Amino acid sequence: MNNKYLKTLTNGLVTENPLFRLVLGTCPSLAVTSAVENGFWMGILVTFVLTCSNVLISMLRKVIPAKIRIPCFIVIIATFVTIVDLVMEAYLPAMHKTLGIFIPLIVVNCIILARAESFASKNNVVLSALDGVGMGLGFMGALMIVATFREILGNGTFFGFHVMGEGFPVAKIMVQAPGAFLTLGLVLGAINLVANHKKAA
Amino acid sequence: MDEMKLIVQAPPHIRSPLTTKKIMFTVVLALIPAASAGVVFFGMRALLHMVLSIAAAVLTEFVLQRLLRKKVTIADGSAVLTGLLLGMNLPVAAPLWIGVVGSIFAISIVKQAFGGLGQNFMNPALAARAMLMAAWPNQMVQWVTPLDAIATATPLAIAKAGIPDTATLPLLWDMFIGFIGGSIGETSALALLVGGIYLIYKELIDYRIPLAYLGTVFILASIFGADGLNSGLFHLLAGGVMIGAIFMATDYVTSPSTATGRWIYGIGCGLITIMIRFWGSYPEGVSFSILLMNIVAPLIERFTIPRKFGEVKKK
Repeated sequence: MNNKYLKTLTNGLVTENPLFRLVLGTCPSLAVTSAVENGFWMGILVTFVLTCSNVLISMLRKVIPAKIRIPCFIVIIATFVTIVDLVMEAYLPAMHKTLGIFIPLIVVNCIILARAESFASKNNVVLSALDGVGMGLGFMGALMIVATFREILGNGTFFGFHVMGEGFPVAKIMVQAPGAFLTLGLVLGAINLVANHKKAA
Repeated sequence: MDEMKLIVQAPPHIRSPLTTKKIMFTVVLALIPAASAGVVFFGMRALLHMVLSIAAAVLTEFVLQRLLRKKVTIADGSAVLTGLLLGMNLPVAAPLWIGVVGSIFAISIVKQAFGGLGQNFMNPALAARAMLMAAWPNQMVQWVTPLDAIATATPLAIAKAGIPDTATLPLLWDMFIGFIGGSIGETSALALLVGGIYLIYKELIDYRIPLAYLGTVFILASIFGADGLNSGLFHLLAGGVMIGAIFMATDYVTSPSTATGRWIYGIGCGLITIMIRFWGSYPEGVSFSILLMNIVAPLIERFTIPRKFGEVKKK
């Protein structure tokens, strides 16, 4: 019994990592990973919204009529996104400005809707909460991995600290859109390589 | 991949003794005049750039193919050609590591990641140059004058800066010989033309692509050019149009193989080049125009497949 809960929690971290294994939520991943700090905060926000919406949807799963479940999910998700949007604006205005449009866009983040549809609407509240936390943290980890490469190569910094020395010729492309695609592609490729290797072994 | 048919045609097919290796090294040979001109104009540092780029390209191909347990094909010359073309597309004052980084990118990401020679959807050397331009824009525009190496702007940048001041624009004759600021291998139109004519004479490249490309640039620049100097001939001789039209756009892998397709492809390259040069934010548009046409090449090919012998046109 215990095992089941632990498995649900760790599922999103590695085996079904939303970005690297399910390839969901690529749009914010490409957009906000130019710095590790942005990735970190985006991950926090998504984790919060995902956990809360999973819990609420799981609670209401027997009330929500099947035919209009998607609009119901969206309304619930949008509520929590509005909350984090306003809280961010009030207490972390600088980060709110950096993440910009991508905070309201969490509403349409595929991960959240996917977990609502495929997990929260079918499982109990505790499991759904664990799934939300696991998936959210897995997403955050993935964002920070992608952002680490991009920030170090494209800006010479890690979490805002200079790590590459003065004369390092930063590759500006890495903090621009093409760098996001290149990094995500290469990281996904590397992970698939490892996964295929494991499967074959 | 040993035999390469150049034009899609109805059967019967004739086998030819032409191999990839022969083609690649003949193209390298055809680039020698332009590369030599680059060394003469920009000094030994130009040679060093080209040697480093070639070495990095060949080494990357070797290491990757070893790691992926594939057949090592560095002897076919395609990596040498990619490295040389990239080296010739660098400004001589750029840091020496830049060609090495570009070559590694060209071979590993643009070429081998897509399956190696014949599978790359873009010209590796050009894609690497576009990457370098985006990554290190300051280092990639350090133009100097030939021989005395004084910092200068390329003719295109001068023309782009505003109403062309004819006093600062170089003479067309200097541009033809290559006595202007620019990338190592692109300045001498004369040397590039010699190589191009050799390749056309050897029937290794189709005259259609360079002719369509250069013709489009000439005609459009004549129509939209502001005055005498910033017009047809100027735009043919300035920047990378010559090396692009003759050596980059004609890459077998990334250009259409049908005759009609080649005309469309060449005209498209010319059109985008002129659009970027006249109305874009960059002074030069050869790299991007060829890369964009590389992407649509399969589509062009699909719409221009010649009719099979005896096939009746559907109504």
